[in-house]
Amino acid sequence: MSGYANQATFEPVAAETAPLLQISDLEVGFKTQNGMVPAVRGANLTVYPGQTVAIVGESGSGKSTLAHSIINLLPANGRVLGGSILFRGEEVTEFSKRRMAAVRGSSIGLVPQDPMSNLNPLWRVGYQIKETLQANNIAKGKAADIRVRELLAEAGLPDADERARQFPHEFSGGMLQRSLIAMGLAARPELLVADEPTSALDVTVQHQILNHLDSLTSELGVAVLLITHDLGLAAERAEHLAVMYKGRIVESGAALEILQDPQHPYTKRLVHSAPSLASRRLESAHERSQIAEREAASREVLAETESRDNVLVAENLTKAFPIRGGFGQKSTDFKAVDDVSFALQRGTTMALVGESGSGKSTVAQMALRLLRPTSGRVLFDGEDIAPLAGRDLLGLRRKVQPIFQNPYGTLDPMYSIYRTIEEPLRTHGIGNGKQRRQKIKDLLEKVAMPASTVNRYPNELSGGQRQRIAIARALALDPEVVVCDEAVSALDVLVQDQILNLLNDLQGEFGLSYLFISHDLAVVRQIADEVLVMRNGKLVEAATTDEVFDNPKQDYTRDLLESIPGGNIPLASTG
Amino acid sequence: MPEATTNSRTTRAGQHRYVAPLEETPLQSVDAVSKESDGSSLWKDAFRSLIREPLFIISALLILLIAVVVALPALFTSADPTFCTLDNSLADPRAGHPLGFNQQGCDIYARVIYGARASVMVGAFTTIAVVILGGIVGAIAGFYGGWLDALLSRIIDIFFAIPFILAAIVLLQLFRGSISAWHIVAVLAAFGWTQIARITRGAVISTKNSDFVTASTAVGATPLKNLIRHVLPNSIAPVIVTATVSLGIYIVAEATLSYLGLGLPTSIVSWGADIASAQTLLRTNPEALFFPAAALAVTVLSFIMMGDAVRDALDPKARTR
Amino acid sequence: MLRYTSRRVLQMIPVLLGTTLLIYAMVFAMPGDPVAALFGEKPINENVADQIRAEYNLDEPFIIQYLLFVKGLFVGDFGITFTGQPVIDVITRVFPTTIKLASMALVFEMVFGIIIGVIAGIRQGKLFDSTVLMLSLVIIAIPTFVLGFVGQFVFGIELGWFPATARDASFISLLMPALVLAGVSLAYVIRLTRTSIVENLTADHVRTARAKGLSEGRVTTVHVLRNSLIPVVTFLGADLGTLMGGAIVTENIFAVDGVGSALYDAILRSEGTTVVSIVTLLVIVYILANLLVDLLYAVLDPRIRYA
Repeated sequence: MSGYANQATFEPVAAETAPLLQISDLEVGFKTQNGMVPAVRGANLTVYPGQTVAIVGESGSGKSTLAHSIINLLPANGRVLGGSILFRGEEVTEFSKRRMAAVRGSSIGLVPQDPMSNLNPLWRVGYQIKETLQANNIAKGKAADIRVRELLAEAGLPDADERARQFPHEFSGGMLQRSLIAMGLAARPELLVADEPTSALDVTVQHQILNHLDSLTSELGVAVLLITHDLGLAAERAEHLAVMYKGRIVESGAALEILQDPQHPYTKRLVHSAPSLASRRLESAHERSQIAEREAASREVLAETESRDNVLVAENLTKAFPIRGGFGQKSTDFKAVDDVSFALQRGTTMALVGESGSGKSTVAQMALRLLRPTSGRVLFDGEDIAPLAGRDLLGLRRKVQPIFQNPYGTLDPMYSIYRTIEEPLRTHGIGNGKQRRQKIKDLLEKVAMPASTVNRYPNELSGGQRQRIAIARALALDPEVVVCDEAVSALDVLVQDQILNLLNDLQGEFGLSYLFISHDLAVVRQIADEVLVMRNGKLVEAATTDEVFDNPKQDYTRDLLESIPGGNIPLASTG
Repeated sequence: MPEATTNSRTTRAGQHRYVAPLEETPLQSVDAVSKESDGSSLWKDAFRSLIREPLFIISALLILLIAVVVALPALFTSADPTFCTLDNSLADPRAGHPLGFNQQGCDIYARVIYGARASVMVGAFTTIAVVILGGIVGAIAGFYGGWLDALLSRIIDIFFAIPFILAAIVLLQLFRGSISAWHIVAVLAAFGWTQIARITRGAVISTKNSDFVTASTAVGATPLKNLIRHVLPNSIAPVIVTATVSLGIYIVAEATLSYLGLGLPTSIVSWGADIASAQTLLRTNPEALFFPAAALAVTVLSFIMMGDAVRDALDPKARTR
Repeated sequence: MLRYTSRRVLQMIPVLLGTTLLIYAMVFAMPGDPVAALFGEKPINENVADQIRAEYNLDEPFIIQYLLFVKGLFVGDFGITFTGQPVIDVITRVFPTTIKLASMALVFEMVFGIIIGVIAGIRQGKLFDSTVLMLSLVIIAIPTFVLGFVGQFVFGIELGWFPATARDASFISLLMPALVLAGVSLAYVIRLTRTSIVENLTADHVRTARAKGLSEGRVTTVHVLRNSLIPVVTFLGADLGTLMGGAIVTENIFAVDGVGSALYDAILRSEGTTVVSIVTLLVIVYILANLLVDLLYAVLDPRIRYA
């Protein structure tokens, strides 16, 4: 079987080549307490040998279900209800269990979504790849061991010898994903189903791994079915694209064509909102920043020495955490934040960008006085916040409020929405019952939630809606600064766009200042006035948004920018 | 659309440009808020799935029945469980005495009914004591952490390491001859609280780092307020489950102590004592053993079944599987 | 691994001291004057009594007595019983029997618990699974001593398949007591195995294993079973200590001359030294079993090993 796979190589594919995978009118459903719930409805999709085809959709659109039905790995309550899946002209849905197992790995490989949970923690990485070789009769014994190392090296892991002997928990996320790619390609399949293969990784790692996957698959002539939520990424990597919405493929065609001339209203919306593609600022934010710039310019004319109106200032902020040494060893300090200084100007947005482990969230915690700096100071309105206590601290709490990343953890599941938003008011003893009720009503209106929401509980709301409630709670005390710690990172693009617009409108309305923490430069570009780039606890670059994007000074910033998927695809609207 | 941007390659079969008719998937506004609201909290949700669960319904009905028997035993029998004459020793069932008599000539049915109170009360009060003691220790250890946690955790380890029943036997020696129900509750609680403490500690640790707790701190709430308002209410579910199951386990423990001669005094009608005393006559009079034992087992089963059902309902992961 | 082991051993020490202190305090408070008991029916000679008290350090304050007791533990000196027999003799007589009984119970748990649990887990939601789940709850709900009576009565007396008592502590005679002793733990092992299997069957890495083209048999044995059995193995290890401590009821019913019976007799006779020694040994067994389990855990799960 592997020999066959190797034959499907890269001669220019003529139009008459038979399709490798042909899905027609596929219907997939999940059996639940409330009966059969459709997950994929009437899907049609064709993949030719050696081709990369992408399925794009939000969470819950059915894209992963579609992918898993191809190799019959649906969850126990999932069923293919109709339609057909032809692989090399054979009906996959009618395969016996044994036949299906024979096809898996050797003809159709899978690169799963979450690298952390997809390797068995109890077996060495090398063994888990070797298993694939043995199960598909590629190699046995010593030969298999050697092949494992070749595969790991091929997947871009240096010191493959040592890596093969390690356990999954000794690997970083990127390394795990590389091993999973090695595993998926181990038996040289003709089709590789890549289910969000990099969404859990940092952008630069994501970029490297996708490049590597690209070159590997084109070298081997493997067709790739790429499942992703990121339209920019899909367009950059795939020839053919299918957009899924509520279980249906609403639009499909050549990737560039769809991106530049979306027809279906949903696709239009998606193209419009995708931050990586929308390489422009939100309109209102742009206008405001120009006014601010003009003001600043005129102020400079008046008095050059006069400082800006900085609401929040960090001076040489450093945070060190002790790491416990080995038995009998001394503990050492790990500097999560190392000498970071910045000044947030009133009424503007300052973005703090960095990959995981850059220390950006630690800065946010110190700005919120949830964590005390090891050295350095945070000044609010010129006053050091570290010594504040009692009434003064409550005063600070009123003026600086957070919005967190995970919409599912941010609201107390035991609290109704009313109690959630009321909590800050009650803690600060603001207003009587009637006034609070009115205030909560106003706040809900501000975040575009119906007033009836007050009686509901978080588990009845979607992620975006919970995030809107979190914003309402943060605004309840009429703060001056809002620290948004990855506030939109966990949301689908359309919802993300909606929340960003909301944040932006609120900024205009209340003159809020945002400290906006994010790993996503594309999002940052939409909302920030100034950008700080952090790496390993240190500030590497600080400048206005336009400067950072148009004229990055540091290599690292350039890397980050280049890693934005689809960032270089010309859109119809931008010419 | 400028020509230059369209794909120059010939489109292959099955990959033509396709746009679904809009009617098929009408576009909804982004993140629309559904109007159907019933204000259902997690507990309401759990309850809703529970009342569809036969195991829960059965155990709930049984517990209700047991509660009525405990509260008002006279509703179920007019016989006096303490009226025993040797004339009736091992007598067969007759009208008004459906299960016959034991060796001492007591009405078995009446003793089963009246015995419920002692057994269930010991179980219930022990559970209450264990939840209060274990809950407080576990919550403090988990919430405050640091050296306090290290100290309390070692204390928990110490009490946990001594076999429950051995400790109870040794301690009850102190009161031998004058053992009251309260002694038994105190002794069972003294060595039973560690399980609840461990569970509470774990639940509190996993809750205290939630964003909603941090958000509350950022609003200005004190740690104690956070503990009471946010952390405890969100940690209570596994404690309730364990407590329900333990109630049953303590009933068994009380009966075991009775068997060892360290249970309730014979002046109190209890299942444990009746089972223990019926042991010697298993061959001739199995009813005297069977009925109190069955009553005890059904009671215990009701509580552990209830705990199981509640656990499944509160853990959505387990529910879908 | 070395660091992990040393940390576990260090953590064990305060627990060991704490438990022995607690037990010693409880027994110290036990009613009855051991010296008075020595005289039996005879009138107490205060001079002799004081002499004896001094000899056994009974005139020392509680904490000194405790420390002397701990010192005795280290050199294998457990004191003597009222009848003048060294406690160590009692211990060497009864411990082998109970270890035998508890080991047999453990084997029952291991074999039946794991097999039934695995089948129930794989056939999740089917009739076998629901029946097993229900039956395991019933076993937990029935007190061990009732199980013991019925087992002894039905299989020992009525059917005569097994000896009704096990005073000779032979393999055959211990079968029934071991099964009764295992009962409740067996039910827990079944439930734990089943839950663990069900959880692992839907794990992401198991799906990935299938996607690699592994046969269903290999997926189950290599990727589901090994991962699922880790919590079961740790439960079983810790249960050895519990079984030995819990044997008191079972030994009583089947008249097994083991730790439980000796302990029970000693309690009834208010023989403080014997009670303290036996309970302390049981606790040490329990703590060591748990230490062993922690180390075993580290061997089975590489994530712990390198922690």
